[in-house]
Amino acid sequence: MDLPFEVVDLPETDHPEVGDRVPDFERPLVGTEFWEDVSLSTLTDESPVVLLFHSMDGAFPATYVWNEVRDRGWLDRDDCQVIGLSISSPYEHADLLEDRGVDARLYSDPANGVAEQFDIVNDLDGMAGISEPRPAVFVLDGERVVQYAWVAEEWPDFPDYEDVEAAMDDL
Amino acid sequence: MSDPAITLYRLQACPFCERVVRRLEAYDLDYRSRFVEPMHSDRDAVARLTGKRSVPAIVDGSTGVTMSESGNIVEYLEATYGERSKGGA
Repeated sequence: MDLPFEVVDLPETDHPEVGDRVPDFERPLVGTEFWEDVSLSTLTDESPVVLLFHSMDGAFPATYVWNEVRDRGWLDRDDCQVIGLSISSPYEHADLLEDRGVDARLYSDPANGVAEQFDIVNDLDGMAGISEPRPAVFVLDGERVVQYAWVAEEWPDFPDYEDVEAAMDDL
Repeated sequence: MSDPAITLYRLQACPFCERVVRRLEAYDLDYRSRFVEPMHSDRDAVARLTGKRSVPAIVDGSTGVTMSESGNIVEYLEATYGERSKGGA
């Protein structure tokens, strides 16, 4: 974004980089019809995964990200699975899927433990007791090894969708 | 990681669903939980399986049984995995 003032810089983190294997985790994975506990490795065993960390559902960045995913046809690709993750509850995810008109799946992680595992925690100023993941994208192969990583260094920030798409094409 | 044979379609905080869960746990059965929405109209996955939108509903891959209504399910679990099934299989 081009803004006529400084935005908030986020501190450096030790998040997974290209070539690293990301930690496995299990959380409720919410689809349009039900949710159930699914591990990340279960998904990567099927096909490469594009893991999108975004702000809580209802915040405009979550809306923008899923509009992009939908409009770019990323959910129609059969070479990888685009999977979201936010701290919102499964019920909120169900509403997001309906509101955005997408047949996608999102992990629900209200305690933000996955962001802790990935070292991408974003403590939210003015919302006491709540943290969420930094905006981040990890393109993972079948072994959960990072092929492309982007983690926000400013707040707010958005992924470079062209770069992500290029990484998906390289899978 | 092998998938459990039994899938339970359930609604959070639904006492009829918890009744089934208690019985599954009593028989030490491995099962997977799939949570559905409170609105009946949003339960197409369940409707496709059982013809009804009510939960609990279970699918038991080891016997090929699909059924809903907690009374029926508990009865089925007893007959298949409980005391009454002992000695037979």
